[in-house]
Amino acid sequence: MAKAKVLGMMGDFAVAEAAKLCNPDVIAAYPITPQTIIVERLAEFVADGELDCDYICVESEHSAMSACFGASAAGARVYTATASQGLALMIEIVYITASARFPVVMTIANRALSGPINIHCDHSDAMLARDSGWIQLFAEDCQEAYDSTIQAFRIAEDKQVSLPVINCLDGFVLSHSIEPVEILEPTEEETLDGFLPIRDPLYKLDVDAPIAQGLLALPEFYMEIKRGQQEAHLRSLDVIKEVIQDFGDRWGRYWPVVEPYQMDDAEVAVVTIGSSTGTGRAAVDELRAEGKKVGLVKLRCFRPFPVKDIQAALKNAGAVGVCDRAVSFGSTGPAYADTAGAMVGRSGPLIKNFIIGLGGKDITIDTFRAMYDNLYADLAKGEVEEPVEWIGIRGE
Amino acid sequence: MTIQDEYRKKGWKDLPPGGIVDRPATARDYKTGTWRAFRPIRNKDKKICQNPEACLVCWILCPDAAIIRVEPNELEIDLDYCKGCGVCALECPLKAIEMEQE
Repeated sequence: MAKAKVLGMMGDFAVAEAAKLCNPDVIAAYPITPQTIIVERLAEFVADGELDCDYICVESEHSAMSACFGASAAGARVYTATASQGLALMIEIVYITASARFPVVMTIANRALSGPINIHCDHSDAMLARDSGWIQLFAEDCQEAYDSTIQAFRIAEDKQVSLPVINCLDGFVLSHSIEPVEILEPTEEETLDGFLPIRDPLYKLDVDAPIAQGLLALPEFYMEIKRGQQEAHLRSLDVIKEVIQDFGDRWGRYWPVVEPYQMDDAEVAVVTIGSSTGTGRAAVDELRAEGKKVGLVKLRCFRPFPVKDIQAALKNAGAVGVCDRAVSFGSTGPAYADTAGAMVGRSGPLIKNFIIGLGGKDITIDTFRAMYDNLYADLAKGEVEEPVEWIGIRGE
Repeated sequence: MTIQDEYRKKGWKDLPPGGIVDRPATARDYKTGTWRAFRPIRNKDKKICQNPEACLVCWILCPDAAIIRVEPNELEIDLDYCKGCGVCALECPLKAIEMEQE
């Protein structure tokens, strides 16, 4: 498999290229900003004969996920993409797809949920599906969004996993930003099959060996089935790590589930998800040049939540701020809740929550400087006064 | 043994993934009659159901197809599947069916 040329492309194009390379049997999708370019591009590939695939133009996202559910039940490799309100409309079937253990790969070009209506990036849409049972990966840049798409099919279709995967890339910041992306080019002799073999489903719809899927389960079975779903999801973390390793060994890019940056001697650190990580790295470099020992931990894999990796990454820091581009109203940001939960009962850093970048609010180096200053202040006091702080808004 | 009995013996680790049933046509084994709180009782004194003019309203209306025509005009109630909704008792023009608490 040739490691191919580097092209300048926006994130949506990169994801479409990756999805095409994985040769899905069925794509069922409905356009929505900022994901539209992905499914338009894939429709072009099919129309131009570059991709042999059943492309189902559905009338809504609810139908898109319903078609994906059925196609995956039949044993197909299935892809779709959505964002924001589109995900909200399909959410009923999103849950059912995971509980049926049907692999589907779905890209979310993250966009704030209404209301007020907004087309720009935050993670409220992905967090809507947080508890749905889908694996969730978040990309830092367009290259990662590309690589993640290829990895996602392998993870989803692994027989030990057999779960759907959501791949997130930040709307506009990645979906519409042109970056250099190294794309893989299969040759006649060397296809992608070595990394991503043809799907071999656990079960499939087959007239010669009929089974029943998508059934009723009342109290005597429901909880047992959900326990099995949880086990498969938790165990998928090992498979995700294997896939990351294999991908890296082949093509040289490793995207760990949790990636510490300058954490060895960090006094204060932030945990980031998605594209703000890049800005955070730049802020760390600037502050390090000024002599401040700051660090960053990138959380790539949000579901399953990599508890042990987070514990290892944060254990030596003095104070940690978890950055959420979403909020659970009446409570905290979701990543903070998980991170704090992972650190409970252990000696470790002070932990607090920063709510940033909702509805496309800019996240700049100054945003990170404000968060690091805030953490240093708490560290000096030895306690967290205000556990949840909104950064970068007028009037705070 | 029905598939339900078979699956009841299994712990969560041994059930098939995703709540599937790994063979077809098992709905018949699922005795929905266990949901019933009220049981339909036919009043045998009211012989009309055995007459050629039997109206069969209960047979038409039963949502679970639990009224069985064993002979053209001989009816039985299949208590394996009767959920006890009481439509038959309500609609019978002769009040030949009564509902009794289980």
